[in-house]
Amino acid sequence: MKRALSDLFGGFVSLLTGLRITLQQFFKPSVTVHYPHETLPMPERFRGPVMLVRDPATGQALCIACKSCEKACPSDCLVVEGVKREGDKKKSVTEFKLDFTRCSLCGSCVEVCPVDALKFSKAYNLASTSRTAFCQIDLLERREEPRP
Amino acid sequence: MNVPEPYRLLLYLVGTLAFVGLNAAYLVWVERKGAARFQRRPGPTEVGPAGLLQPIADALKLLSKQVLVPPEADRLLFRLAPLLVLMPALMCLATIPFSAALGARDLNLGLVMVFAFGSINVLAIMLGGWASRNKYSIISAARIVSQNVAYEIPMLLVVITLLMVTGTMNLREIVEQQAGGFWHWHILRLTANPLMPVTFLIFFICLLAETNRAPFDMAEAESELVAGAFTEYAGMSFGVFFMAEYANVLVGCSLATVLFFGGWQSPVGVGSGLLWFLLKLYLLIFLVVWVRWTFPRTQFYRLLNLSWTLLIPVSLGILLLTAGLLKVF
Repeated sequence: MKRALSDLFGGFVSLLTGLRITLQQFFKPSVTVHYPHETLPMPERFRGPVMLVRDPATGQALCIACKSCEKACPSDCLVVEGVKREGDKKKSVTEFKLDFTRCSLCGSCVEVCPVDALKFSKAYNLASTSRTAFCQIDLLERREEPRP
Repeated sequence: MNVPEPYRLLLYLVGTLAFVGLNAAYLVWVERKGAARFQRRPGPTEVGPAGLLQPIADALKLLSKQVLVPPEADRLLFRLAPLLVLMPALMCLATIPFSAALGARDLNLGLVMVFAFGSINVLAIMLGGWASRNKYSIISAARIVSQNVAYEIPMLLVVITLLMVTGTMNLREIVEQQAGGFWHWHILRLTANPLMPVTFLIFFICLLAETNRAPFDMAEAESELVAGAFTEYAGMSFGVFFMAEYANVLVGCSLATVLFFGGWQSPVGVGSGLLWFLLKLYLLIFLVVWVRWTFPRTQFYRLLNLSWTLLIPVSLGILLLTAGLLKVF
């Protein structure tokens, strides 16, 4: 009898404790980031698809078309072509394509680049209705950082 | 209100329908917002300001869907069940006095009528489950019957206790007895019975069980029985069941307000009327939502054990105690 009563009382108190805890949560602010309207800042080291670094003054890609990245890439994702124009000291890039369907974001291309012309973007909203959209991403054409 | 008779009837009919319809729709919104707040989410936000148009969008979506009747089902009962589940709630509201001047019918047997119609709700869910010819629905129907038998008893015992104190079944008179400050409310009327708060607690638990609200939502039990009795219902016939759940919560909480919290009476003695009634009503409804999002669903045998080994003996004890006290004093 005594045990049954203490069980009953203990159970009732635990129910009240539960109610108290949920009520405390009720008055705390919401933790949801309301995604399409709000986004979280991406962390510094987030690895999105690679992008070309451009000279802020001229808007020209820093790439010297040395093809080190093409060679370093373990999955053969990159295709780089370049020409040496009259009067320029360095080659300039004419074609820079990324096959993102095969890229594993290992970062070998970013590491190997002698002039730091490649970096990871912060893009994570990649969507398309066809797979081919990501087979031949033209990095030279893409002048701005993709929408994060 | 002094309105001639046929118009008065029409007015209350439209008023009750509108009140139940609006509440059934917007209590869904309240529930979803409440659930979201308890889980620290924003809840519905996209349709209208703060998601206020969400119930309308839901209703439109449900209305545009075909009402399917499974070929094996009992066609008549299957179609009848959604009606039977919503109508009693409407009928019950006819007796609830919302304020001193606002109440559709002033019945001397108001309380009996509320319970008579209130028990049809569970019968209708059972019929729907049975008529569906679906194993989950039938399990749900069987559960409903035993749950209903188990919880009608303590609820009625508690109400009998209250009746002995009030001496009337007229809901208006019950409210009038509780005039003048919250210490006159039945929940705190300790001179009649020192266990009055416990009486309310039992009433509230039975209310949750009778309206199939978590933690006693054995009829729906989506993790065990798909959607229980509602499994085969599509479109608006499911929507009606959904509305009926909230309509019944509304009736149950109105009744609790009338019986235990002094109906339209003000707790501090200043002012009285519809506003106080609605305030108490919605606080109780908030409590129901709060309980739902706090406690997980109980097991079925525990539910029955709770009733037969605890609620019924305790409510019987309270009944005897009250009878004794009334006899002595």
